[in-house]
Amino acid sequence: MTPATAVPELLLAVVLIAAPFTLPYAGGSIDMLQRILDWGIIGLGFDLLFGATGLLSFGQAAFYGTGGFVAAYLLVNNVIGSVWLALLIGTGLGGLFGLFVGVLAVRRIGIYFAMITLAFGQMAYFLENSPLSAYTGGENGLPGVPVPTIGGMRIEPGIPLYWVLAAIFFAGFVLARRILHSPFGAILRAIKENALRTGLVGHSVPAYKLAVFVIAALYAALAGGLLGVFQGYMPPDAFALDTSGQLVVQTIIGGVGTLIGPTVGATVWLYLHDNLQLIPGVGALWRLILGLIFVGLVVGLRRGIAGQIGAWLQRRMSVVERPDDAAPVDAPREPAMALPMIAPLSRADADAPALCAIELSKHYGGLHAVEHVSFSVREGSIHGVIGPNGAGKSTLFKLLKDEVPPTSGEVRLFGRRITGLGPARTAQLGIAKSNQLNQLFLELTVRQNLRIAALARSRGTFRLDLLRAAGSIPAVERQIEAVLDTMGLAHHADAPVHVLPYGEKRRTEIGIALATGPNVLLLDEPLAGMSPAERVTTRALIRELAQSRTLVIVEHDMDAVFELAERITVLYDGRLLADGAPEQISRDQSVQDAYLGGLHEYEPA
Amino acid sequence: MPSLPLLLSQAFNGLALGTLLALVSSGLTIILGTLGVLNFAHGALFMVGAYAIFVVAAATGSFVVGLLVGAVIMLAVGVMLERVLIRFFYDRPHEDQILVTFGAAIVIVEAVRAVFGGESQRVAAPDWGGGVTQLGFLIYPTYRLELIGIVAALLFALYVVLYRTSIGLVVRAGIEDARTVGILGINVRRAFLLVFAIGVVAAGVAGMLYAPIVSVDPDMGATFMVESFVVIVIGGLGSYPGAVVGGLIAGEILSITSAFNAAYSEVMLYAVMALLLVVRPQGLLGSEGRV
Repeated sequence: MTPATAVPELLLAVVLIAAPFTLPYAGGSIDMLQRILDWGIIGLGFDLLFGATGLLSFGQAAFYGTGGFVAAYLLVNNVIGSVWLALLIGTGLGGLFGLFVGVLAVRRIGIYFAMITLAFGQMAYFLENSPLSAYTGGENGLPGVPVPTIGGMRIEPGIPLYWVLAAIFFAGFVLARRILHSPFGAILRAIKENALRTGLVGHSVPAYKLAVFVIAALYAALAGGLLGVFQGYMPPDAFALDTSGQLVVQTIIGGVGTLIGPTVGATVWLYLHDNLQLIPGVGALWRLILGLIFVGLVVGLRRGIAGQIGAWLQRRMSVVERPDDAAPVDAPREPAMALPMIAPLSRADADAPALCAIELSKHYGGLHAVEHVSFSVREGSIHGVIGPNGAGKSTLFKLLKDEVPPTSGEVRLFGRRITGLGPARTAQLGIAKSNQLNQLFLELTVRQNLRIAALARSRGTFRLDLLRAAGSIPAVERQIEAVLDTMGLAHHADAPVHVLPYGEKRRTEIGIALATGPNVLLLDEPLAGMSPAERVTTRALIRELAQSRTLVIVEHDMDAVFELAERITVLYDGRLLADGAPEQISRDQSVQDAYLGGLHEYEPA
Repeated sequence: MPSLPLLLSQAFNGLALGTLLALVSSGLTIILGTLGVLNFAHGALFMVGAYAIFVVAAATGSFVVGLLVGAVIMLAVGVMLERVLIRFFYDRPHEDQILVTFGAAIVIVEAVRAVFGGESQRVAAPDWGGGVTQLGFLIYPTYRLELIGIVAALLFALYVVLYRTSIGLVVRAGIEDARTVGILGINVRRAFLLVFAIGVVAAGVAGMLYAPIVSVDPDMGATFMVESFVVIVIGGLGSYPGAVVGGLIAGEILSITSAFNAAYSEVMLYAVMALLLVVRPQGLLGSEGRV
């Protein structure tokens, strides 16, 4: 995830410098160039929000307009003399408005998010148009926005102002690219791929979504302020629904997730807008043509122009690493290396067990999935949880990690109550879980998958480290290497996870849990789907892991459980059936009955 | 403080607007609830309805014929849209569904603009809807009273279809879990087509009924659509009763506020939505954890 090259920056600089000398000869103009860059600046933020994080907002006009009208109002009414200061204040207030809308919107996914951002965009539009029209000029907008000065020198409209815009755009691009390749950016991508797992390994998903939403709002607000400055006039349609819609269309046409895509899309849009309109008979149809192109892109070519070019370049220039048949398909090797882990939690009570369930119950409507289950897990032991299908094992695991809130009862980690903290906080305290069904970041490589988990350990639930490179934290990289080695995934470290064979996906699943450096590791059916050879080595791995940490295992492979576990808890129909040493359990009549299906007194009527 | 007659008349305006919003929103919400698709083309389809009656009523001279033919046109548009575009998106991410319906909306609006031009058109109220009615405490335009009655009847008919027929049962089961319904051997895809078409007809009929009291232009659907988004956020995502209740509440908020200060009517609607999102994020009649 490190920005390995500065080639995109260099290319951009060349294009920005060449554009004013070439485009006017190809049907463009300096004014068009300025508008393109202005759209491009909103687009940089929007692409971080939608392209990187997957949050489709239809309300960017609200922040664009806020930034624009605040700056224009301050300047036109001589509240502030400095254009730069006015831009700064406008951008800040736009970001603040973004924070307000974001708080309400990011808790919701997909559909809700789009609807709420759209609605707040309209709210801003109506605010500007009527109640605030005394300040914003209502439908007339605000004319007379002055140009900025640098060192007392006026920057004249036209070419000089273009250079200012180009410089700001360039800085905005460099910053956005840094953000994309920072640990923060890596987590944004993880949220897009699998928000659930991102939270499970210990990141606060809502906090990251809110942060990127505010960043996008800041970009939009800055662009709004600049619009007034280079046009000398702040138009009211900055707030219009069409502005948000146009941004979405431009981004899709130009290429989602490429940063430069929205700018490319704006170029296409404005070029067609300015030139097609001059052609009689076609002029009125230019939006229809763009609409058809847009639908075609959504249906078929989903990369957009910049995305398509980028993919083509990547195919040409790089040898894509994929798992080839020549690579050794090895199972997890016998682990010798001690994996680093989180320092154990300071305990409330020296004798407290590592993990302790007290009267845990979970009801789904009338279904009592888990009912009054209590047991404790000794530190450094392997604890097995068994039971027939539907006994409530997976639900119990979700309760132990606080993935779902219990109906009653509580869980204690080293004597400390963790119920109610949620999965991200419990991960930070040292509980990790590998899931029965894989929860992977499929488009990311194995290394990147593990990095998402390892980053949680070193960074806490949220950190705004926008400028450092994602792969630049030595402790995180060491942890990744250790997990790659332990899980036998080193030879496929840089292959995208979705191309891996099932057994290796399974090992990546466990590896992600391990990479958080837990001191209590919950493994939900770790052996499921593994080959016999892999089972043998994974059993060895589990034994090895138990040297340094506490393990709780749900498994249907009875041989494995009875061989590994020091203590076994048996669930049946949501209730605790037995709890004891393996020898006790294997002799227990009720357990034998449960597995033979003859448990009459426990059978529901 | 506005006078009592003004408030009363605004309350009736709110009812007329509210029932229409309820009709548009219920189309949106059954599509959303059943198909899981947020239809960004809903406003455009509302506008198509208004143009359908503009054309047919002018050609035949009858508003009722216009309504009936218009409904058939909308049905055809709905079926076509589902077959050509929407059905390929059931398994795609929500964001793609939003984008494709948003794109369809642009194409529809621009196609209408290309055919009819951008200027606004007028649709005459039917002869039986002319003049005003003396309610004793209020004199009120007859057409708006009839409008309230017609839309209420349509909403009731939709309720009967959804809650009292076996097709409705399939649809409501599909809202809960489309996969299971499919496994049970019921053709869910056909139910989906039906639901989409009904939703489109609801939007279109609302557009037709609304046409005589506003000016008809290609962009008329946008505001109405955003308002119906607010309605289903207020009422609860995918809930039919929520759409009706939310629609009535939204209509009254818009109308009553404008009796005090017209500048704030839209703003007030969004403020109420924001407040509700804080206090009860799942909406008035929505259940937590859905969609």
